[in-house]
Order: sequence, then structure tokens, then C-alpha cells
Amino acid sequence: MLLNASGCLDALTAPDVARTLDAFVTKTVTPEPRDGNAPVRIAETDVGMLNSIGLANPGIDRFLTRVLPQLGRLGVPIWVSVGGFAADEYAEICSRLDDHAEVAAIELNVSCPNVESPAQGAAQIVASARLATRKPLWAKLSAAVPDVTEVARAAQDAGADGLSLINTLRGLAVGERTLRPILGPVTGGLSGPALKPIALAAVYACHRAVGLPIVGMGGVRTARDVLDFVAVGARHVALGTTLFADPDAPTRVRAEIGAELSARGYADLDEVYATAHDESLATLTT
Amino acid sequence: MRRERRSVVANEKVGPYTLLRVDRGGLDPGVPGQFFMLEAPGRLLPRPMSLSLAPDKELAFLVDVIGPGTRALARLGPGDALWILGPLGNGFRLDVERPVLVGGGIGVAPFPYLSAALGRPPAVLGFRSDWHAEAAELVPNAQVCVEPRLVTELIPPDHSVLACGPEPMLEAVRRLVPSAQLAWEAPMACGYGACYGCAVVIDGTLKRLCVEGPVLHAA
Repeated sequence: MLLNASGCLDALTAPDVARTLDAFVTKTVTPEPRDGNAPVRIAETDVGMLNSIGLANPGIDRFLTRVLPQLGRLGVPIWVSVGGFAADEYAEICSRLDDHAEVAAIELNVSCPNVESPAQGAAQIVASARLATRKPLWAKLSAAVPDVTEVARAAQDAGADGLSLINTLRGLAVGERTLRPILGPVTGGLSGPALKPIALAAVYACHRAVGLPIVGMGGVRTARDVLDFVAVGARHVALGTTLFADPDAPTRVRAEIGAELSARGYADLDEVYATAHDESLATLTT
Repeated sequence: MRRERRSVVANEKVGPYTLLRVDRGGLDPGVPGQFFMLEAPGRLLPRPMSLSLAPDKELAFLVDVIGPGTRALARLGPGDALWILGPLGNGFRLDVERPVLVGGGIGVAPFPYLSAALGRPPAVLGFRSDWHAEAAELVPNAQVCVEPRLVTELIPPDHSVLACGPEPMLEAVRRLVPSAQLAWEAPMACGYGACYGCAVVIDGTLKRLCVEGPVLHAA
């Protein structure tokens, strides 16, 4: 399944792009409306980009009355990304999403680098959300921890149905002329190709550590990138930064997958799934 | 919006700027003030450029080199290919009485196309040096000033102002002529409303310039 990474597409502004995905993931919704951070909010780096949007969103009230009904008419399954500053805030939003049939799944953004870390840990957030909804819960984790599998296990034990790996990593860019931080809030979340090896390592480790299905993301631009993520254990793959440069990326990537599979003798992505964990082949692929 | 891979026809120097002319293909030039996202070869993200001129079968963009993306664009030569997405955003309203174009620096970029659409109205343009002011050649009926003189001193009374330039200039124009149409600028990753990177505070609220602008009209 091909998705977008949260925050990398507005389905209401670009519905035709959203319809090329197997599911649309919303920007993170918080309890209260948020304007987000002061400009400058984005900066390109050599192999990625930084953003410090700061969870700009209309808040859950307006999301439910104005945004969700329109999303429901797109004809694409909707995953709602949920954020907050404490476990009970996540739970409140989840309970309010619970009886909306348009919502196919909830992604818990437990790792946004642009806000103060939630005081309670991922496990507490997932456990609170679990009590509040029957919807499938995907925990989106950061790789900026000593051992991502510890967080993954905690999310699983707390009732997560899946993992989204990975969120952006904190970074800083300096202006060419000014020699000052480019971003208004100084630092922001790094995305794009720079993340791919880090994301692959996180997916690989979490696949071995927990049995949960994984949405892999971080620098996916091509069908080859999709194969890499599926090979290390991602059931689904999300496109992020590449959508900014190319709104046709989902269609293009999908079209390329057949050729990448057949070039390696695979019939479909299911055959590629977790092949990187097949140690019997390890000696053959030097 | 449409995305096509197009070829560079010519790269012409205009003072410190580069006029990049590409073949138009199936792309619509759009309304003056609208913009396109130009692939900057070798860079991750495209760069937003308002359309400067729409000669027959071409689109032309005036590029000011301010970083690695615009540097890559300015290095393109005839035959080089690049992806172009657009036209995007909202352009100038053209149903105005007695228009005058007010521009500063690279802000004159959309004016050649705008001037043609409005029947060559008067323009007042400000630049930081005589070298930069060479770009005024692209704009018909232009009166030019160079710093320390400011373009706001040249705005004639009783005209409909259409302005594009650096933020301090736009703020000054708005103070003088509250009804002016102002074309703003902000870094953008996507140009089509996805990234929220170009949100700016206008009249106390944050707006995505790519979908609500870049031309904003008086409230």
C-alpha cells in the first residue's frame, strides 16, 4: 500500500494527488487550532529538507466539522494523524474520531521534533488512545532514540496495531549569505533522502523486534526505494518530501514497481517482503 | 496544474539576472503574477518563479542567483531539460483603471508579462544599483530610480497600483496605497499547498502564499 507521509500533502488543495494514493494521511490534528511556527519554515539541505511548520492545523473541532466531511468524499481511505502534549489529549481526539466512519485508521504522532516532547512516553499515549477508540492505531516513532525497538515494543504492549517509521530528525541549516540559522525557530525536522538509511535501519530492527505491520518512510523517491523498505520489513510505504517536488510521484513510483520487481525475478511485493531478513541468502549477495 | 519536462531555449543575462527561456510545450502561461515551480537540477526541491514573459511557444523566467537552486537554474543552457509545474497560485486582477506597476529589484520579474496584458501601462521601478537597473529594459514605459532613492517616491497619485518587490517595499506601498495589489514572496517547497512552508502573516492571519497568493488584494 502506498501512502503519503503526514504533513506532505493537503488532500483538499490537491485532491487529484490524494486519489493516486491507497490511503491519505492527514496533517497532524491537535486539540486546539495552531497557527504553527513563525517563518522561515522550510530550508533545503544538500540531501534533504528541514521544516519547522510547527503542527499548523485547524484543531479537532474544526477538523471534524469542516475538513473530515470533505475528506470523506475523496474516495480514499483516510488516516488521521493525531498529536497532543499529553496522553489525555491524544485520547480525547481519538474518542472523538471513533464514531466517524470516514476514518480508516489513526496515526499517533508521538515523535514530532518541533514541539516539546510529550511528558509521558509513547506507551502511555498509545495506551490512552487504545482505551478511547476501536480504530486501528499506528504509532509513528522517531529514530532519534538510543534504541527504537524499545519504543516499538512499548507501543505494541500498549495496544498499537502498527508502526510508522520514521519521523523527521532534528536538524539546522545555516544561510549562505547570512551565516545565521535559516529557519525562524532555528531548528526543524529533517526529511528526504538523507533519512533513508536511518529509516531502513529502524524498520529492519523493529521488524525483528515486534510482530506489528510497519509503514516505512524516509527519502522514498523511486520504486527501488519502495522495494528496499519492503525488503527490510515494511508492509506499506509512504512518500513524503518527494511529493513536494513531484505531485505525480505516487503514479510514477507505482508504474515503476513492476519493472523493478521483474528485474529481480519477483512476481509481487509480497515476495519481497522481509527478504533482507532471510539469512540463507546473505552469503550469496556480497 | 500541469507538470512537464521542457527544454531551455536560451539563457540571457540581464544585468545581474538571468532570463531563462524554455519551450512552452503544453503548459499554460496563466495569468500575470501566477508562478511555476522550476526543477533546479541537482537539488531536491524545485524553485518558485513567476512568469516573466510569454513569447510565442515559450515561457521566460527572470532568475536572481541567491543560492544553490537559483545558481543551478542560471547555469542551464540551450537544450538542457527541466521539469516545470504550473501555472500556480493567484495572479494580478487585470480589471483595473489607470494601472501603474511598482517594482523593486527582482520583483520586476512578472512585469513584462503583466505590462503586455495591461497594454503597457506606466511603471516605476527601484533597484539597488545601475547594474541591477538593467532589468528595467524588459519593462515598457518604466521610470527607474536607484538607491538611496526609493520607488515609493515615484508612485503617481490616482492610479491602481500593482506591486511586486521586497517585503519592506510592499509594506511601504501598502501604507501609501491601501488598495494596492501586492505580489509577495516566500520560500516554498511545493507550490501547490502541500508543505505549509510559505505561510506568512498577512493582516494578522497566516496564509499559504502559494494557494492564497502570491498576489494578495486589499481586504
